[in-house]
Amino acid sequence: MASTDSKKTVTRLGDRIFSRSATFAGASILLTLAAVAFFLFLQAWPALLPDADFSGKAEDGPFAYVAPFVFGTLYGSLIALAIATPLAIGIALYISHYAPRRFSQALGYVVDLLAAIPSVVYGLWGILVLAPFLTPSYRWLNENLGWIPFFDGQVSATGRTMLTVAVVLAIMILPIMAAIIREVFLQTPKLHEEAALALGATRWEMIRMAVLPFGRPGIISAMMLGLGRALGETMAVAMVLSPASVISFALLTSQNPNTIAANIALQFPESGGDYRSMLIGTGLMLFLITMVINMIARYIISRRAEFSGAN
Amino acid sequence: MTASTSSLQASASLPRWFSPAVLVGAFTIAMSTLTLSGFSEEGGGTNLAAVAVLGYLLYMLITFVSSRAVEGRRKSVDRMVTGLVTAAFTLAVVPLLSLTYTVVSNGLARLDGTFFSNSMRNVVGEGGGALHAIVGTLELTGIATLISVPVGIMSAIYLVEYGRGRLAKLVTFFVDVMTGIPSIVAGLFAFTLFLVILGPANAINGLAGAVSLSVLMIPVVIRATEEMLKIVPNELREASYALGVPKWLTIIKVVIPTALAGIATGVIIAIARVIGETAPLLLAAGFTASMNYNPLSDKMMTLPVFVYTSFANQGVDAQAYIDRSWAGALTLMIIVMVLNLVARVISKVFSPKG
Repeated sequence: MASTDSKKTVTRLGDRIFSRSATFAGASILLTLAAVAFFLFLQAWPALLPDADFSGKAEDGPFAYVAPFVFGTLYGSLIALAIATPLAIGIALYISHYAPRRFSQALGYVVDLLAAIPSVVYGLWGILVLAPFLTPSYRWLNENLGWIPFFDGQVSATGRTMLTVAVVLAIMILPIMAAIIREVFLQTPKLHEEAALALGATRWEMIRMAVLPFGRPGIISAMMLGLGRALGETMAVAMVLSPASVISFALLTSQNPNTIAANIALQFPESGGDYRSMLIGTGLMLFLITMVINMIARYIISRRAEFSGAN
Repeated sequence: MTASTSSLQASASLPRWFSPAVLVGAFTIAMSTLTLSGFSEEGGGTNLAAVAVLGYLLYMLITFVSSRAVEGRRKSVDRMVTGLVTAAFTLAVVPLLSLTYTVVSNGLARLDGTFFSNSMRNVVGEGGGALHAIVGTLELTGIATLISVPVGIMSAIYLVEYGRGRLAKLVTFFVDVMTGIPSIVAGLFAFTLFLVILGPANAINGLAGAVSLSVLMIPVVIRATEEMLKIVPNELREASYALGVPKWLTIIKVVIPTALAGIATGVIIAIARVIGETAPLLLAAGFTASMNYNPLSDKMMTLPVFVYTSFANQGVDAQAYIDRSWAGALTLMIIVMVLNLVARVISKVFSPKG
């Protein structure tokens, strides 16, 4: 791009000002990220001091306090990922290889619409529509498959369970995952596909031989980005989940480990002092966890520079 | 591949009407079975879902067995995968339809004049509106746009026109990482920033909310602008240089105007994305029942936070609060959809004709 500015050009004042301010704007991105970490750390620090006073809300210290939330965050997000991944691959395949050509763009737009819906609306829908809708099947799961630890325990009457949250999260991360996977699938070399078909492969065999191996890094990075989204999702979890401070694998009860983000949203407005510092500290942990996961995902994507996974 | 079967057998296939016929048949059987077995005690929605699941399983089973018998193993597996992939797509559309339907049908009840002309000050139970929240959302999103657009566009110009070497690589990488910042972390950041600058008494205000939105908005604007600047033909730049125009004027007078429609689309999509953000505003801008036009002091209500608090802090007449919440959600959805539509129209109308 624009490599025409050679050594001979006279540097004008306007040029210098403009290029400096552009560079400054670019560098401000790095500054912002550093500032996020710095200010969160600055405010979280008092909670780590030995004389921190959490006004009775965290008797066993900050780390015992945050442990169930870290667990809940990872647990809920991983279940959501397990639900969303096969669906996203299916959607991506449908749009890239199954749907009639004429409609495929419109269908992609329909899936993208899911991403445009604000999370607070998902929360409202999750608790008032989805939770009551799923409750009967939870009772069925508990009665018939209760011997599996996940489905054990007293079934929640409201449906505000970990599984409902995971379903809502899965719906919310579907669009970005499907969009990335679709992009990669569409970039499968046409010659590979046609070669497979020419050898007499069925459509599925062609996909298994040509499309899926080519798209594997895209699928992995889509999973990482989806995971990053799910980890940070706040309002839907805060509204739907019936939280408790426990570490439990049970999916259908009303005693669910809360997530870091939802806990902050629920506790923060009425917090103060060292307790607030600790909440900020949990936010810093969430920031670092998602940063690492996003960086891994972006690294995988950037190794294949042909496509950008952004948006 | 085991291609040893005779070509005659390989060419045998089920007729075209087979799939639709089986589909209709399977769902008819599923519906009548469930109706006859008296499954209906659980309520309407569940019944419909049960019919769909049973019908789908029946369809897959019949298709698999008959395809296996007539067309062989490979074709039958292919048909199974087609069924699975189509089901995955259908399954994704169901929540979209259900969500749209519930938001519209529940939201219309309170979408009246009072809703758009009143705040919630001194309102208990019925009545009241979201004017304070709508004003807050417009102001905060406006300020966030004013911050994000210059920074975002300049960063994109840096990346496309100037960026070389390590810094540019680093910025590109971290812009991608920044798109993944959890929104609540952006809220915490703005809160702590203003806590340090203004002290605990004034930390929560509209401007803090706008800053948190900017953190989420800037990377989206950068990405969109970058994509647009990249597709501006190099010939245009070179022609401008050849006329002796300095580089910065070339960018301002030639490159940006060429990409303007695309940039505008990207900015509107970015606005649509942050206008529904709840968590950061809950922390950084707070919530209130009163009007507040001044983003520089005191808490400020916004539409998404209005939806959340109406639902979370239900008062004596709970249904009135839930109704207001739905009406807020519907307003929000309409705004987001209109923004998306406008973005689409702009990119359609102003896109360079080939």
